[in-house]
Amino acid sequence: MAKTLEEINKKIKNGSVVVLNAEEIIDYAEQNGVKKTARDIDVVTTATFGPMCSTGAFLSFGHSDPPIKMSKVWLNDVPAYAGIAAVDAYIGATELSETEDMNYGGAYVIEDLISGKPVKLRAIAYGTDCYPRKEIETYITLESINQAYIFNPRNVYQNYAAATNSSNKTIYTYMGKLMPNFGNITFSSAGQLSPLLNDPYYRTIGIGTRVFIGGGQGYVAWQGTQHNPGRDRLTNGTPSGPAGTLALIGDMKKMNKNFIRAATFHGYGITMYVGVGIPIPVLDEGMVEFLRVKDEDIYTEIIDYSVQRRNKPSCGKINYKQLRSGSIILKGKKIQTGSFSSYAKALEIANLLKCWIVEGHFLMTNFAAPLPMDEKVNTLNILSKEEL
Amino acid sequence: MVTRRLILNFPEKIVTKPITYRLVKDYDLQFNILRAEITADVTGKILIEIMGSKNKIEEGIKFLEGEGVSIQEASRDIIVDKEQCLDCGACTSICITQALILDKNNYRLIFDKDKCILCGFCQNCCPVNAIKLNV
Repeated sequence: MAKTLEEINKKIKNGSVVVLNAEEIIDYAEQNGVKKTARDIDVVTTATFGPMCSTGAFLSFGHSDPPIKMSKVWLNDVPAYAGIAAVDAYIGATELSETEDMNYGGAYVIEDLISGKPVKLRAIAYGTDCYPRKEIETYITLESINQAYIFNPRNVYQNYAAATNSSNKTIYTYMGKLMPNFGNITFSSAGQLSPLLNDPYYRTIGIGTRVFIGGGQGYVAWQGTQHNPGRDRLTNGTPSGPAGTLALIGDMKKMNKNFIRAATFHGYGITMYVGVGIPIPVLDEGMVEFLRVKDEDIYTEIIDYSVQRRNKPSCGKINYKQLRSGSIILKGKKIQTGSFSSYAKALEIANLLKCWIVEGHFLMTNFAAPLPMDEKVNTLNILSKEEL
Repeated sequence: MVTRRLILNFPEKIVTKPITYRLVKDYDLQFNILRAEITADVTGKILIEIMGSKNKIEEGIKFLEGEGVSIQEASRDIIVDKEQCLDCGACTSICITQALILDKNNYRLIFDKDKCILCGFCQNCCPVNAIKLNV
């Protein structure tokens, strides 16, 4: 007995919708069976709160008098990209400040704007007859400018590798501080709470799916960069390594610092923690089978990040229950594990989204187009024009 | 019975002189050396937990100071800023005494100061700089 999204939205509007978060559905399905769960539960909220480097914002500043056509722009001494029209720019999370090195950068500019703080805007231009101004320096706030949208080319990676370090020196990577001689293992996934691990074949998540992002509502804008649906999968549909990704868009003016935070990985660089929540409609029993996935059913590989090559060696497969237990045995040695993705915050977002839906503040959308299932990931090699 | 955590700093001229054992012999104190190192400028640093009567500890400390050892309290030196903390758990993979762990029920960070040996490995592993050391 399949449900449609329209039926579910009707229930959201009349207050009768039944929602569980992606952790609660596990026990519910265990106790009540798949058939009854598919009848009883309408929506399952999934979420994640982890570091997502491919994050940034489009900002539209408004025109000065006399007007300027910005060629180069800086926000609090962090370069932004202004090669689009006269006063539109894109600030990327990972861009470093020209004066503060890794202590400040694009993600911090975004966090400061969302927090309502004034940000210094400086721009230079080559000047034209209609845009005579050649430089400008002023202060802006999120409210004082025009549109500001978060636009993230690659977010909510469907599974990611766990990381370790076989060398005899501590290394500082995007998977954090990795202690020598397999001193620790880090990972970054919400596991059984994660959006794309609960809908592994993207049956309900697609372009146009409405999502919770950064504290406000946004949408899936496109498949994310490096989207790799062809990754090997287990029988439960979950990929055994990094697979699908989403490009997300949301109104920055509706976000809050509780759910979107700048971060610095010491010795590596700057990134942005993005809180994303995606509600999944329980359309049929097939969906329940996907939604009841547990941490112990989802596997990833432990990759040795001390090898400075594109393909790094694997030290074996491991599931998220083992990773979340705090330590595992590898090569006869007890190794401590820790996540960079906050499960506590992901649960908070899943529960908040649950409230929004139950209270009728969040209607679900059918996607406008499905995520592609046939994209492959290319590599960048050094080639001449002829070799290409 | 009182327990105190102290950092003992031994200047160069006494770094090779056996002093610590006198706390046991003369002042009847138990101690646990949590961490010890000789730094590049040839001074010694010991993070020590001393147990005994309040008076004997005071006398032991006076003795150490008389020998040229300088002493700091160790208990207030690590701060975990819970306002900044994301409860991600990155620091729990680094903490060798498991003073930093995630609560099994609500997945929030717990910092058990009594287990901390001030090794400092956690200092630069927090992505939002919520862990600060004063050593």
